Amino acid sequence: MSTLSSPMVCSLPEGDSFHSQVAARHKKGALWLVIFQAATLVSILALTALLYNIINQSFGWVAVRNQVEPETLAVEGTPLEDLSKEQLIAILEAHVSQGVMRRLESEAPFSVRSREDVYRLVEERVIKPEILRSWPLFDSLLRRSAIQKEVAEEFPGARLQFRAWVNRQFLSNPQSATPDKAGVRTALLGSLWVVGLTILVAFPIGIGAAIYLEDYASDNVLNRLIQTNINNLAGVPSIIYGMLGLAIFVRGLEPITSGAIFGLSDPTTANGRTILSASLTLALLILPLIIINAQEAIRAVPRSLREASYAVGATHWQTIWHHVLPSALPGILTGTIFAMSRAMGETAPLIVVGASTFIAHDPTGPFSKFTTLPVQIYQWTARPQDLFRNIAAAAIIVLLVLLLALNAAAIILRNRYGRKRREG
Amino acid sequence: MTALHVLTAAARLAPAEALTTTYWEGNYALEVRQLSVYYGTFRAVRDVSLKIQRQKVTALIGPSGCGKSTFLRALNRMNDLIPGSRTEGEVVFEGCNIYAPGVDPVEVRRRIGMVFQKPNPFPKSVYENIAWAARINGFRGNMDELVEQSLRQAALWDEVKDNLRQSALALSGGQQQRLCIARAIAIKPEIILMDEPASALDPIAMLKIEDLMRELVENYTIIIVTHNMQQAARVSDYTAFLMMGEDRAGYLAEYGPTDEVFTNPKDKRTEEYITGRFG
Repeated sequence: MSTLSSPMVCSLPEGDSFHSQVAARHKKGALWLVIFQAATLVSILALTALLYNIINQSFGWVAVRNQVEPETLAVEGTPLEDLSKEQLIAILEAHVSQGVMRRLESEAPFSVRSREDVYRLVEERVIKPEILRSWPLFDSLLRRSAIQKEVAEEFPGARLQFRAWVNRQFLSNPQSATPDKAGVRTALLGSLWVVGLTILVAFPIGIGAAIYLEDYASDNVLNRLIQTNINNLAGVPSIIYGMLGLAIFVRGLEPITSGAIFGLSDPTTANGRTILSASLTLALLILPLIIINAQEAIRAVPRSLREASYAVGATHWQTIWHHVLPSALPGILTGTIFAMSRAMGETAPLIVVGASTFIAHDPTGPFSKFTTLPVQIYQWTARPQDLFRNIAAAAIIVLLVLLLALNAAAIILRNRYGRKRREG
Repeated sequence: MTALHVLTAAARLAPAEALTTTYWEGNYALEVRQLSVYYGTFRAVRDVSLKIQRQKVTALIGPSGCGKSTFLRALNRMNDLIPGSRTEGEVVFEGCNIYAPGVDPVEVRRRIGMVFQKPNPFPKSVYENIAWAARINGFRGNMDELVEQSLRQAALWDEVKDNLRQSALALSGGQQQRLCIARAIAIKPEIILMDEPASALDPIAMLKIEDLMRELVENYTIIIVTHNMQQAARVSDYTAFLMMGEDRAGYLAEYGPTDEVFTNPKDKRTEEYITGRFG
């Protein structure tokens, strides 16, 4: 009231008060900057802790005790590694029973086995190394002497060996009950099968739905309802999709998902707990993500491009096919990458749908039993033995590398495509 | 040759009055009758009626927001693409109302091309920009020849002939706009609509486009929206002045040969606008 009645005065600060006022504003900004930096620092710390944990578990010393020391197997001063195939066979014959030899012979005659194969048999049947205990990487590096003393006291006859739990054998070995022989091949192939099939199903359906909703559907109550539902579906907990998959794909559509209808069902599992069921479940799960992302990519295509197309007499479909989709494709691909990563890391719905707890043979098709990397990791971490923690960490590294590789491949593909389009 | 056969049979048989020969008195390319355009409940253009002369440049001028662009876009049914837009009245082209039921807007746009304010070449090569437009319209013939001919007509050939495979987006703004014109004429329209085709360009590129328009008008009917009075005076044969009414809807205030409209406007508001007193 008083400001209205009093004559206009300039109440903006001048001189010193202006300077101090500006300084105060900068100070406030600086405070916020510190908060943002702290937030970044926290997330970096969290990531570092994660990586530290995984790497710490994946490498380190192990105490190994051999039943027969390789040194004692040397023949006339030649160490075991340099022996010929015949000499290795002789060692094998001397240490295992005739029955076992006959069984090995019937599996594959020694005459056709390679030297490496025989060497492996000697290692497996004669030396029989056993890992007694493992130490994490940083302990191995920092407490070297203490560990050596501990081994000498607790495990007489054992030797310390540095072991990288992620190695070639780990990648190529199938699942096994003994942790140092177990590998991720089954889970890795399972993951690739499941995710590949998921994308194959979800990508075309997702793009189709996105095109319809964005370009054809009129703005009415029904379509708005559908849109809202899709947006909400993206936030539904994944375990619920697992229940849905179990009810529909595993139970309801069992004849199809088990392959029985095509006469292709796996004789060991005549039920619907197959790769196909898992893929369809994950496809449902990532469908909303793909649709929403594709819609956004399509919406981002400039109207001028559509108009250019219409103005030269193109039809609606020609405009979509020749201009809208190619322009939106990089964005659509990015969305699909995100969805793929999500599917790759999903565990809960697959457990509900029925991923196998123990499976040692490779999946051969959509109707095989399966396990995937995250399921495998989950199961290994649930085991009581220490060594399973090491291979779980190693499997996490495999999973992370796989995710990074897939993302990188898709990004490269996207960039190359985008450049090609820009260059005509 | 008329384009009558291109429009659908349904349209040719549709409203009998649309086919009366009275529309063919004089040499008109388009006759607009009582055209109104609505966006939802808002009327953007009110009851505009005018006849566009064949093979002339007709300029649409008027203050900002008076519905010039909306009116222009109504002439080849581009407004159909805007959700919630609605058109009343008739636009008679080659004896048919293009808004008659059964007329396919795709066919209309093939006969009535359009060039936009911002150059919008396809993100393809220079060659493909023209070839694609021809190909989707079913062109079967020597594509190289068509591309060259179109680029020559658009006065762009000499600048791009050695580099037809380069991306159209690598061209300068003025070149891109001439490519858009080449693309529009590649499909042999009767009429070319231009929505402020030079307003996003530098003065030299703008003059090139204006020269080009004078050349093209030998073969085509051109309707241009412009904010630039000098441009309208330089390039157009006829000028239509649109004004905004009380309800913010655009209406036709004055229409006639450019010389008359500019030198001896009948309407007081036209004079005020042209001399720069408002708008």
